[in-house]
Amino acid sequence: MQQFIDTTLSGLAQGMVFAAFALALVLIWRSTRIVNFAQGSMAMATTFVALALIQAGWNYWAALAAALVSGFVLGAVVERVVIRRVEGGPELNAVIVTLGLFVAIQAAVAIIAGSSFQSFPAPFGLRGFTIGGNTIALTPNRVYVIAAVLLTMALLVALFRFTRVGLAMRAAAFGQEVARLLGVRVGRMLTLGWALAAVVGSLAGLLIAGGSFVYPAYMDSLIVFGFVAAVLGGLDSPIGAVVGGLLLGLALSYVSAYFGGSSVVNLAALVILVVVLLVRPGGLFASTVARRA
Amino acid sequence: MGPLAQPTPTAGSTALDRTTAESARPSSRLEMTGISVAFGGVTALSDVSLVVEPGQVHGLIGPNGAGKTTLFNVACGIVRADSGTITWRDRPLRRLRPDQLARLGIARTLQGVGLFAGLTVLENVMIGAHRHARAGFASALLALPRSDSDERALRGRATAALADLDAERYADRYPGSLPYPVQKRVALARALVSSPELLLLDEPASGLAEDEMHELGKLIRSLSARMGVLLVEHHMDLVMSVCDRVTVLDSGAVIASGTTTEIQADPAVTAAYLGEDVDVEHDAAELQAGTGADRA
Repeated sequence: MQQFIDTTLSGLAQGMVFAAFALALVLIWRSTRIVNFAQGSMAMATTFVALALIQAGWNYWAALAAALVSGFVLGAVVERVVIRRVEGGPELNAVIVTLGLFVAIQAAVAIIAGSSFQSFPAPFGLRGFTIGGNTIALTPNRVYVIAAVLLTMALLVALFRFTRVGLAMRAAAFGQEVARLLGVRVGRMLTLGWALAAVVGSLAGLLIAGGSFVYPAYMDSLIVFGFVAAVLGGLDSPIGAVVGGLLLGLALSYVSAYFGGSSVVNLAALVILVVVLLVRPGGLFASTVARRA
Repeated sequence: MGPLAQPTPTAGSTALDRTTAESARPSSRLEMTGISVAFGGVTALSDVSLVVEPGQVHGLIGPNGAGKTTLFNVACGIVRADSGTITWRDRPLRRLRPDQLARLGIARTLQGVGLFAGLTVLENVMIGAHRHARAGFASALLALPRSDSDERALRGRATAALADLDAERYADRYPGSLPYPVQKRVALARALVSSPELLLLDEPASGLAEDEMHELGKLIRSLSARMGVLLVEHHMDLVMSVCDRVTVLDSGAVIASGTTTEIQADPAVTAAYLGEDVDVEHDAAELQAGTGADRA
């Protein structure tokens, strides 16, 4: 029983990070119909920004804020300078471009920061809480991870539901041409969408790095997990991404605990992806509503 | 005034009925002069001129392929004229982006309805009031108080626009679940919510039943108290009942321009609609009755 609870708790914490990362992918997919394979590299780059600042003596929170801001800027620049040229073109072009960015950013960080493992601090303790003499898998840092992702999601919901900019972003995502005719600066909305997605992706990268090691390829598996979570949720649905992330986190945690250990986790994620695509290609939360205005 | 079939109808605008014009702001006058557009060597419009006075409903009619939509799109800034000038509020309109158009007080509807399927009716209308929001990007992102009150004002404005068109009760529904005429009203509310001084209507009656079209006509008529209207439409009876002036296009050129009475009496119009070798008088009568358009 203890093991089951621990497995569930660590699965939820992991799932929260997957959810955040999947959410970043979904934000970009909804607005530009592009799967951003460079999302992991971009998040890794901003994590290295935070790491450099922490090593320079900044405290964790200041470094976190600086990294998220740099994520915002990076996302905006990538959209405006690179992605804008392939938006609305053949899908394959965008895929190649984001894959190219993925490799290029990773290589650039390796050149600048080296490719050795470096430890990244966690802002809170990594020892589990004790309940009645038992130490459970829920650590203060995991509580922080879960709370940070929940807060980010709440802020995003508020932005999209209750602000004018959020409404314009949704309109631009649903029908670019009509939105443009109604006076929405669609280009700006796309830039903003990419910037926000990069912030959320960066947050996922920073959270998963806490108390662990970072190196230029440390986000590679998170891309796979994030993508599986997003597809699980239907790629088009933010709620689906969150639920998909949590389900995947739990599933992988159980696989790791009961079916062969951590070595089969990647395999399990890909099996889940294949099964979803075969059985329910629209995802668990696919909205059948036409997206065209 | 007799039948008016001159190729440069700008002069005709001096003769318009001024009574309605005075209720709108004086400067909001759209003047298109000598507009020519060619698509890859094919002439779509040649030397077309048209004036929409404030407080006036100006009809733009013509057979299919006459260039109505092209002219409409030139007025919207979507299609750039190869030559000619467009003046709005006494200033030339040049190199216009669609989002700038909205900010200049010009609103348009789209052929069909063009509502966002994924947004509620209220949100669809709120998008139309976009240009009135003042709070900037950053303050909206950071949810500063100004953007908050802005958002509330926007919501109120959109609700009022829906109420104006008797569609308030659908505010929280999604457009796909509503009957077509209601969707049309919502689309119109979205165009009107920005309090435009010029409204460009692209075939607003398409898909409407007879009585709904009649309602629409009354509505357009009442709008002219507040704004100038350019109405592109092929339902002749609607055009004839609501327009102050009508411009007739055929093969990219203006063949007639004048009041509805003048247009109905114009043999060139009848010929363009029904072909050259016809009994003009008989068909003019038919045109007047509103059935001519169906054959065009």
